[in-house]
Amino acid sequence: MPKIIYVDPAGARHECEVKNGLSVMEGAVQNGVPGIIAICGGGCACSTCHAYVDEAWVERVGGPNTMEDATLGLANDRRATSRLTCQIEVTPELDGLVVHVAQND
Amino acid sequence: MSVTHRIVVVGAGQAGLQLCETLRRSGHTGPLVLVGDEPHLPYQRPPLSKKFLTGELDAVRLALRPAEQLAKLDVALKLGTAVLAIHRDAHEVALADGERLGYDRLVLATGTRVRRLPAPGAALDGVCHLRGLDDAQAIRDRLGAARRLVVIGGGFIGLEVAAVARGLGKDVTIVEAQNRLMPRVVAPLVSEHYARVHAGHGVHIHLNTQVEGIVRAGEALAVALDDGASLPADLVVVGIGVVPNVELAREAGLHCENGIVVDEYAQSSDPAVLAIGDVAWHRNVLLGTSHRLESVQHAVDQAKNAAATLLGKPVPYAPVPWFWSDQYDLKLQMAGINRGHDSVVLRGTPDSGAFSVCYYEGTRLLAMDSINQPLDHMLARKLLAAGVTVPPTAAADPEFELKTLLPAG
Ligand SMILES: Cc1cc2nc3c(=O)[nH]c(=O)nc-3n(C[C@H](O)[C@H](O)[C@H](O)COP(=O)(O)OP(=O)(O)OC[C@H]3O[C@@H](n4cnc5c(N)ncnc54)[C@H](O)[C@@H]3O)c2cc1C
Ligand code: FES
Repeated sequence: MPKIIYVDPAGARHECEVKNGLSVMEGAVQNGVPGIIAICGGGCACSTCHAYVDEAWVERVGGPNTMEDATLGLANDRRATSRLTCQIEVTPELDGLVVHVAQND
Repeated sequence: MSVTHRIVVVGAGQAGLQLCETLRRSGHTGPLVLVGDEPHLPYQRPPLSKKFLTGELDAVRLALRPAEQLAKLDVALKLGTAVLAIHRDAHEVALADGERLGYDRLVLATGTRVRRLPAPGAALDGVCHLRGLDDAQAIRDRLGAARRLVVIGGGFIGLEVAAVARGLGKDVTIVEAQNRLMPRVVAPLVSEHYARVHAGHGVHIHLNTQVEGIVRAGEALAVALDDGASLPADLVVVGIGVVPNVELAREAGLHCENGIVVDEYAQSSDPAVLAIGDVAWHRNVLLGTSHRLESVQHAVDQAKNAAATLLGKPVPYAPVPWFWSDQYDLKLQMAGINRGHDSVVLRGTPDSGAFSVCYYEGTRLLAMDSINQPLDHMLARKLLAAGVTVPPTAAADPEFELKTLLPAG
């Protein structure tokens, strides 16, 4: 199983094994990573699963589509590396991915 | 109020679980009991009529929190157990298993139940209502083998089920009693667009039509309509609305209307009892109105509001309501509440597949529905929260950039 590394808003690292096919958001919820709230359960409607993709991974993960880009407009402190983690699917290529959870509350 | 109070929450759904989480995160250390009559861990309902039905999502992925994470919350979870009565004098609730639980504060998060089809045959095998996971599982189990689906009720849930079933190649017919789809919640412009899209996908739509009854016809079912027609079906899904679960509250003498009446602090007519989520007839000070709302946004936001009240730091309830519905490749997003609007302004062209509809009371923007127009939706939420209206002429001009109206900062 790919390993995803979540750095929570307080700076703590959570190394989690997440099944292929789940979203990066679901991996966080299953492992109780603080800060990923995910009110809409992956509906790309709430922005409370917002995180910053680590610089080293930005290219491999790619950018948001139009829907996600608009919903990101609701997020706190949006940056160039911002993504909604419910819209990133975990694949073998993302083994080792590092995301920094945004201040979502 | 103190952080060591005994708090009992009735209803282990979206609102009940959110309340427990927020209470714990905000420093409540007292005993916390979450009682739910469903056997399942608290789960999300929105996918039940969307990705769960298509088979894309399994039941385990619907859980709001996995069991291990729930355990860390230190909440006494009593699932599969209904609360039968509230004894307000004794500050106790009576459970179906005979236990009595004492409380300092009680929170009712009992949600709603489906309105059953008021026609003969509603209880036949193959006639399904949709509210909970078990209902959705029953529909999913039958959908595979079914060839013809009749959906009774052209609201969000019925339309989402219809879209999923068409996607699976089923023959789908929608029967709606009113003269348009989603009649209570959207403007005719939006109804017409959705009728066109569903028809374009090959769905048969009967408007102004009542169901007289359903009978078994051999292997199949036959749905009798008031215009004399009879629709053959292998599966019937009923989505004709819900009723709030107010009985517990009403029998305990709490003030109820079409919901348990609470103020902007989620407090009922008894200061020791709060109500949140779908069941709460509540006050929103931003909108200046009282109403009941069935949405995830409201369940979550009001749970947080109630937690603040319970922790002795009350904040008046004032979020912008929002909602979404997924059908085919259409994403409908709603911001605000359009009740009381006296005019409607179209932004963009429905034929392009992406547009918004703005609801006004006089010159004040009350709400906006956006169809595949997520940027409009996002800005509508921000503008409504800031109390900024959009001049109708500006709203009608799709070139006009709504974000220029946002207050700086
Ligand atoms: C099919 C479907 C699709 C939906 N789609 C969307 C959507 O796209 N977007 C959106 O925003 N919202 C959607 N909703 C609405 C959303 O799911 C609800 O608004 C939300 O679940 C409300 O949360 P709640 O906690 O108030 O109620 P619920 O989640 O219904 O939880 C209430 C719980 O209390 C239990 N209960 C009731 N009485 C008792 C008792 N006496 N003792 C113990 N337990 C009791 C109930 O069994 C239930 O488990 C949808 C709902 C359904 C059914
Ligand atoms: S979970 Fe709501 S946008 Fe990702």
